[in-house]
Amino acid sequence: MTLTLESRDEAMLAGDHGDAVALAMRVITRVAASMQADSLLDISGAHIDSCLYHGQAGLDFALRLADDGATVVVPTTLNVSSLDLLHPELYRGDDHTRSQALALMEAYEQMGCKATWTCAPYQLQDRPAFGDHIAWAESNAIVFANAALGARTHRYGDFIDICCAITGRAPAAGLHLDAARRAAVIFDLSAVPDRLLELDVAYPLIGHHIGKLVGTQVPALTGIPAETSEDRLKAIGSAGASSGSLAMFHVVGSTPEAPTLDAALGGNTATTHPVTAADLRVARDQLTTAATGERLGAVSLGTPHYSVAEFGRLVELLDNRHICDDVGFYVNSGRDVVHEIALRGWERQLTDAGVQIVTDTCTYITPVMAEIYGVAMTDSGKWAYYAPGNLGLEVVFGSVEDCVESAIAGEVRRDDTVWADA
Amino acid sequence: MTRCGLMPEADRVLVAGEASGLVLALDEPLSFWGGFESEAGTIIDHAHPQVGESLAGRVVTMAVGRGSSSASTVLAEAIRLGTAPAALIMREPDEIVNLGAIVADELYGITMPILIVDEPTFTAIAAAERATISPSGTLTF
Repeated sequence: MTLTLESRDEAMLAGDHGDAVALAMRVITRVAASMQADSLLDISGAHIDSCLYHGQAGLDFALRLADDGATVVVPTTLNVSSLDLLHPELYRGDDHTRSQALALMEAYEQMGCKATWTCAPYQLQDRPAFGDHIAWAESNAIVFANAALGARTHRYGDFIDICCAITGRAPAAGLHLDAARRAAVIFDLSAVPDRLLELDVAYPLIGHHIGKLVGTQVPALTGIPAETSEDRLKAIGSAGASSGSLAMFHVVGSTPEAPTLDAALGGNTATTHPVTAADLRVARDQLTTAATGERLGAVSLGTPHYSVAEFGRLVELLDNRHICDDVGFYVNSGRDVVHEIALRGWERQLTDAGVQIVTDTCTYITPVMAEIYGVAMTDSGKWAYYAPGNLGLEVVFGSVEDCVESAIAGEVRRDDTVWADA
Repeated sequence: MTRCGLMPEADRVLVAGEASGLVLALDEPLSFWGGFESEAGTIIDHAHPQVGESLAGRVVTMAVGRGSSSASTVLAEAIRLGTAPAALIMREPDEIVNLGAIVADELYGITMPILIVDEPTFTAIAAAERATISPSGTLTF
């Protein structure tokens, strides 16, 4: 298959719109060729992951584009960065990295991207609609857009996100096309007891489990109660995109391209893998490196960024109690969501209870947590997956209820009754 | 290394270039972000069976990609620093990995070839000690 470009693509490639646009189009066409795309398509929005600092190469690329005057031509949101601009005092890294990270953030703002600084752009007011073609990077955002919104993005990495945003074009390939979106494998959760599926804690574990098995295939999940909440879909997707490469999934009866199993399969024949409560228990143990009863040093919630509904639940669970002073309790969220919870009076309540809200970034990608004496707890499959390697911490995965009760007790507690016969 | 008879060709050359090095066969896919440290060029994913191994200058076989979007930047940075693999041999293309190599080529003119090969070739390279890759995608090992 050869890539055929439209004359406007050729013009960009030839440098008619400047060197930056030409570079961007060169990157897109090289990736399109490797994806065996036969054409490019128009996108209606982009989400940029490249704004998170990982070294000089990322800054060199952004400055090559920004210094040439490149600007985005579609609405473009920005992922988390390395810095919390609203709580700068939390940063514990070195000054060089701070100034490089800041320069990177400024370069993307200069190109016209919105300073949203969130890994959950799907929680913003303006979000893609069903069927929209978009170019999103950030693995959890990609899988949420495809699975929960029915918008269409391939699994894009850094660099091409901004290239698509400044050209308005993306390869017509991969998850932009119907064929790649159909389920090729089924995970049947009918054997998992309802009392477990009624709990939020099951969903990151489902994601972690299927992410390890699915490879590059699109799975359809059956046996999950209908109308699964967006927060639960977020938990499945983000955990599966950490333990594996999950970029699209269907939950039959919940996600927009899966009103029925047949619709999700679209004519594919697929093998069915049963999932049991024991599989989820194994997932829980894989995401746990320390024992219950140990001294708790920190709790981190909100990976991906906490939603308004999740904050509401946290306020309810804390129930006016105070977190132990020697436990750092962090909740990562987007500045737009934090603004909303401030209006509801929850930000003040949480701060008074000993919660540290972190915006614009996340506790597992940048040094913001104070020195930790003890193990860390989380209800996030993604955080539990990455924190031991990134932060060198011992981690216990638990429900949000476990995290709150442990933070009030000062030691790791987990309610094991739900797992009694798993 | 002896050359005789037909030499295996890559099914597809995703990023072209010349490379040669000792082979490192990854037992599981690796996310370059969160699983690899670009300054040293080593695997840091505690859940990875080869944690601690260096990828620098090796011809790395990895069947498929995995994990974070940020892997592109981490790989481009490793290519800039000279701590990246000499080449990547894969079974299936992974756009996130490709992007790192494409952008390093565009920015710094340093190529890290990425080839897609069939199963028998993949298995044979994974078992070899050294491998050499030509710009057209011919493999010698």
